[in-house]
Amino acid sequence: MADRADTSKTIGDVPVGLGDDAGNAGIVAPRTVVLAEPPDKLSLESGDRLGPITVAYETYGTLSDRCDNAILVQHALSGDAHVAGLHAPDDKRPGWWDILIGPGKALDTDKYFIICSNVIGGCGGSTGPSSIDPRTGEPYGIRFPIITVGDMVEAQALLLDHLGIERLLAVMGGSMGGMQALQWAVAHPERVHQVIAMATAARQPTQAIAFNEVGRQAIMADPDWNGGDYYGRGRPAKGLAVARMIGHITYLSDEAMREKFGRRLQDIHDYSFTFSADFQVESYLRYQGLSFTERFDANTYLYITRALDYFDMTRGGRSLSDVFRDVTARFLVMAFSSDWLHPPYQLKEIVSALRTTHKHVSYYEVESGFGHDAFLLEREKMEGVIAAFLASGARTYHFSPGKPTFRASADDAATDAGGAATDGARSSVSGPGTSATEAAGGELAAEEPAAGEPARGEGRRGLRRRWGRG
Amino acid sequence: MRRIDYLLIEDWVPRGATVLDLGCGDGDLLAELIEKKDVRGSGVEISPSAVEACVARGLSVYHGDLDEGLADYDDASFDVVILSFSLQQLRRPRLVVREMARVGKLAMVSFPNFAHWRTRAQLLFGGHMPISNELPYEWYDTPNIHLCTVHDFRRLCSHEGLRIEREAYLRSFEKRAAPLPLPNLRARIAVFAVSRGASAT
Repeated sequence: MADRADTSKTIGDVPVGLGDDAGNAGIVAPRTVVLAEPPDKLSLESGDRLGPITVAYETYGTLSDRCDNAILVQHALSGDAHVAGLHAPDDKRPGWWDILIGPGKALDTDKYFIICSNVIGGCGGSTGPSSIDPRTGEPYGIRFPIITVGDMVEAQALLLDHLGIERLLAVMGGSMGGMQALQWAVAHPERVHQVIAMATAARQPTQAIAFNEVGRQAIMADPDWNGGDYYGRGRPAKGLAVARMIGHITYLSDEAMREKFGRRLQDIHDYSFTFSADFQVESYLRYQGLSFTERFDANTYLYITRALDYFDMTRGGRSLSDVFRDVTARFLVMAFSSDWLHPPYQLKEIVSALRTTHKHVSYYEVESGFGHDAFLLEREKMEGVIAAFLASGARTYHFSPGKPTFRASADDAATDAGGAATDGARSSVSGPGTSATEAAGGELAAEEPAAGEPARGEGRRGLRRRWGRG
Repeated sequence: MRRIDYLLIEDWVPRGATVLDLGCGDGDLLAELIEKKDVRGSGVEISPSAVEACVARGLSVYHGDLDEGLADYDDASFDVVILSFSLQQLRRPRLVVREMARVGKLAMVSFPNFAHWRTRAQLLFGGHMPISNELPYEWYDTPNIHLCTVHDFRRLCSHEGLRIEREAYLRSFEKRAAPLPLPNLRARIAVFAVSRGASAT
């Protein structure tokens, strides 16, 4: 930071501020705030009302005096508010989008003020099905109301109100995060100057609904799911693990699978002629499934996938260009060539609709073999265009806020690095064993095989040795 | 020194028009048009680094391949569609010109004239592939795969039923346009504005 050389990259002759030696966002404190207290409950799209709502969030960088440098980052299905930096100096893994956020990075924390919050319905500290229902004193379970991407956005709007941030320089995200970013531009056009939507769609594609349904069925078929009432007893780990394995397949690509695993066997020289995990890809998926169950709530998986499936900006028969008619934001839409969950055509559809009414929109397609997860991985191919877009938008951003008071939320509960939320919901799900680092990660938990380490076992230990982070 | 073909196109583009610049590169022309003619413009470009450069300048740009056509664009959705010095690099120039005239009320195309007398002379007397300011490549590393002449382009327009609204001929990127008799022999650069004309409406 202070010792960082002032070598900002230029694109053309325009400085975009990308440093050659980007730093780390540092130690960040997870925070929570209680919003929508009765009687001012949040009205949900389903007609239900929800409140009070705890929202877990983190911030990075400093809000400018003019309140004109705030960027809201949205997480995907299995992400959380911990988007960059570390919770404690000895954390092994930084936040899930640390490649893009930090001093000198594309979202330069020396310039911008970054906010990321856990969606409602989530299990990363915000109110969700594992939270205590104040009416009963018990966890909501599936008595939690069905929430939508629109509802997630409204909860974030309440958070911004609380923080005193009237308008955002940018809102951005990938996958479900991209849906929220698009929704923001439509729901609150006056509050959004720029949108970066990546690896996403204006309506959940059929194939994605299909995969989500298989995941939900796997969870609900697990006897431990028990109609959603499993808190305090055995969790439906098997079902959730299968759901995660299916999800993981859709986040990779044929090419990524072939290169990462091929048909390689897992620490054996020949088939075992059993149903154990002979292939590396099996071992990997089993590990991913298992480790996911340690940090994620099965009911949240049901609720969030439901929110994804319900997402359709054209619901009610409107054309997409009509939906975007009153949007004033500038858009950067990014696709990834091997993404088969949200292939480029789905992003192009968004661009096309925006163009119909001559909105400011740029489209960028990243050539990548990493599939859907590319948006979490392809730092070098993404950061230039993102930094350039943010910088160009900041130049044209003339915003005079009515109330430039960022209540630095000293009054918000700063949860300790263990990540226990104030409403106690989180600890009831994850237990004391789940560290904040475990809870990080976007859709891909990015674990790499520990090179050369022989480990063959069906149990968690063997899998962890093989695929866990060193 | 500003490129004369750009100045010419700038001159032809009506103030406040909606403009689509195909193969917009770093966005030089587009930025000029926005500044000088107050146009609402966007570009299409295939090179990732050029797209980045456009985005950095605050331009609206689409990262894509012109040879895939302009199917995502509605009929007459732009006042002007520009193809500046890229025609000769397209795999499907005829399709692109046709699409330009569909999407734009006016299509402006500039290209190096392969029938310039020096080009002819290099081939005739030198016996080698012509190299010039406008065609600066060796035959083995040229991106120019569909070179044409003033005569050829006029023929394409006639085959496609396009009406030539304006035409201008330049002796270089630097020299001002002046009336040039025998343009197919004497112009190094040709600039056309064509439309589907009355028959299309």
